[in-house]
Amino acid sequence: MSYEGENKIQSTGVQVYYGETRALHGIDLNIGANEVTSLIGPSGCGKSTFLRCINRMNDVIEGCRVEGSVFIDGDDIYADHMDVVELRARVGMVFQKPNPFPKSIYDNVAYGPRIHGLAPTKEALDHMVETSLRRAGLWQEVHDRLGDTGSGLSGGQQQRLCIARAIAVNPDVVLMDEPCSALDPIATAVIEELIEELKSEYTIVIVTHSMQQASRVSQKTAYFHLGNVVEFGDTSQIFSNPKNTQTEAYISGRIG
Amino acid sequence: MSLTFLSVSILVLGAYSFIFGRRRVRHLSARVDVKQHSLDGYHGAFVMACVVLPAFSFAVLWSGFAPLIINDWLREFIAAGSGALTNAEINVLVSKAKALHAGVINARFVGPDTVEAADYFAGLLEMSSYLRATGAIALALAGFYFSQKLIAPRFAARQRVEKIAIWVMIGASAFAILTTIGIIFSLIFETYMFFQQVPVLDFLFGLHWSPQIAIREDQAANPGEFGAIPLFAGTLLITFIAMLVAVPVGLMAAVYLSEYATHRLRNFAKPTIEVLAGIPTVVYGFFAALVVAPLLRNSGADIGLTLSSESALAAGIVMGTMLIPFISSLSDDVINAVPQSLRDGASALGATKSETIKQVVLPAALPGIVSAILLAISRAIGETMIVVMAAGIAANLTANPFESVTTVTVQIVVLLIGDQEFDSAKTLAAFALGLVLFFITLILNVVALRIVNKYREQYD
Ligand SMILES: Nc1ncnc2c1ncn2[C@@H]1O[C@H](COP(=O)(O)OP(=O)(O)O)[C@@H](O)[C@H]1O
Ligand SMILES: [Mg+2]
Repeated sequence: MSYEGENKIQSTGVQVYYGETRALHGIDLNIGANEVTSLIGPSGCGKSTFLRCINRMNDVIEGCRVEGSVFIDGDDIYADHMDVVELRARVGMVFQKPNPFPKSIYDNVAYGPRIHGLAPTKEALDHMVETSLRRAGLWQEVHDRLGDTGSGLSGGQQQRLCIARAIAVNPDVVLMDEPCSALDPIATAVIEELIEELKSEYTIVIVTHSMQQASRVSQKTAYFHLGNVVEFGDTSQIFSNPKNTQTEAYISGRIG
Repeated sequence: MSLTFLSVSILVLGAYSFIFGRRRVRHLSARVDVKQHSLDGYHGAFVMACVVLPAFSFAVLWSGFAPLIINDWLREFIAAGSGALTNAEINVLVSKAKALHAGVINARFVGPDTVEAADYFAGLLEMSSYLRATGAIALALAGFYFSQKLIAPRFAARQRVEKIAIWVMIGASAFAILTTIGIIFSLIFETYMFFQQVPVLDFLFGLHWSPQIAIREDQAANPGEFGAIPLFAGTLLITFIAMLVAVPVGLMAAVYLSEYATHRLRNFAKPTIEVLAGIPTVVYGFFAALVVAPLLRNSGADIGLTLSSESALAAGIVMGTMLIPFISSLSDDVINAVPQSLRDGASALGATKSETIKQVVLPAALPGIVSAILLAISRAIGETMIVVMAAGIAANLTANPFESVTTVTVQIVVLLIGDQEFDSAKTLAAFALGLVLFFITLILNVVALRIVNKYREQYD
């Protein structure tokens, strides 16, 4: 394990190509353990692409090629011996649009532990499901209807179900790609509170298009522009006193 | 005036009135300073619709009903002509008169009464077609007169044309629905007649099917046995074998195409597989009879099995092959409709590709796959050609796929081949079989469609 603020994820010279076009031009970024790092920037600048580099979700995109290295706890995740199944158990992901499986709430959360063989007994699995739902702040709302299908929940509840599903396999890192963009302000506030609580256990990287959200939930902020990290530092510093003129322009709303 | 000539005349009038309406509104608008309500074409279309639609409907309705009335009049004419005739005798005379009129028989071989009747008939026909033409043209002209009077710059031709278009479409749908209902009712009616001759329970639960083929009049005394169980059992057996072939192969092909194949391969393979669906079933039929059946018999002989040259197995295998593209294409569509986000969600949790497919994609697509299978079953049940050629017509009650069996559809064909009395039990049995078959496929289709709809709601 790593202590707070120590480098958890190191990316060095990460370049990503979709076919012939290069979407990321060499990203160097050190992401600290047990803190929240937000990635901001105009749309199309490569935030999601970079996020997907951290759990190798780019592998499943046809024609996508990654160069450079990403280290998690010092392991190069693009090394030949790296097993993506294990990697993804260590690095969970929450998507923009809630995507619960068309299964029961229980089975949604139990899915990860099952495929990784984490729960030897039914009791252990029940326990894991309950803990994950509690951590995701959903237990109170769903404990009496675990058999109902996940898609019957509200959007905010679905997103928390997806968070519970991601943390059920006990990852170190949780990646979130605009997790609140499909939610109303109240559900958003609930998720932001949840992120605040989760950071004691997990390293969180969140892509967001909301400046307020970035400043509320994150300790570090990286500003992306056209496939480059233009500025990276403490969130408070970036928002109060950006060093780069592009960053300043974006934060003050001049680039959309 | 023949119906063809009349139709062409009406269409020519219609074309003229379109041009006329268009020109007229342009002409009127040029003289006044108001904004024209509808485009010129709508005015033309309005006049044309008023000319063509009533005239056409009139001509079609007339052609439908006039023969019935003429037939009645001809009967009355013949009945009034020569004293006391039985119904059957009148029928014969009516047919003779019509045949004479059509030139099928020579006047030398019939009596003077018949010649007279034929003349009367010819007169009626001529009058009918004259009246039809006059009526239709009159309607067309009236439509033209009244509609062109409405043409004006501010006339809302667009709304009228839209409304007329809607009514035409309603008419088309009503036609489709009414003919279906008509077919069902005639099936029900004939089936009812059949059950007057053969008890319902004997038909539904009887184990022997051997409708006598009466070659001479005196043989008809024995109506034969009409136990439908062997037919339904045969249908079931062949359908089952076909599904055993089509479902696994079709599903695996669908999974491969939608999940593993590259775009280029998919774009090539999918249409290729679908070509299989375009092969006429009779081609499959002789493929089954000439290639598959001998092959099975020979390889069966090699391992000591005796297969009859017509077997349920051969028919089932070929029918299954025919249904592979059906199942793979429909399943491929539903698998593709499963949102990518579900696959991403599973891979992000560390699921492998095959785990994702088995545990997330297929369960999500299951309702659609089930309904694809149900639709395939209903096609298999209705399939005739392959079975006639490969499985035979012997109504054996057996579960042995190596024997020859027959199916409901094949027996319908067999019952109706050749000259048959229309009200014999044999002919009517075909309607009873048809009705039962109709209900079975109807239920399968309804269930399949309901499943599909339910599934659709899930992801919208
Ligand atoms: N699957 C893909 N195939 C091809 N190009 C892509 C794909 N995903 C993203 N891109 C391109 O990569 C660039 C970065 O996209 P993305 O990472 O989604 O940006 P962001 O998340 O910051 O809006 C964009 O120019 C986009 O068009
Ligand atoms: Mg994005």
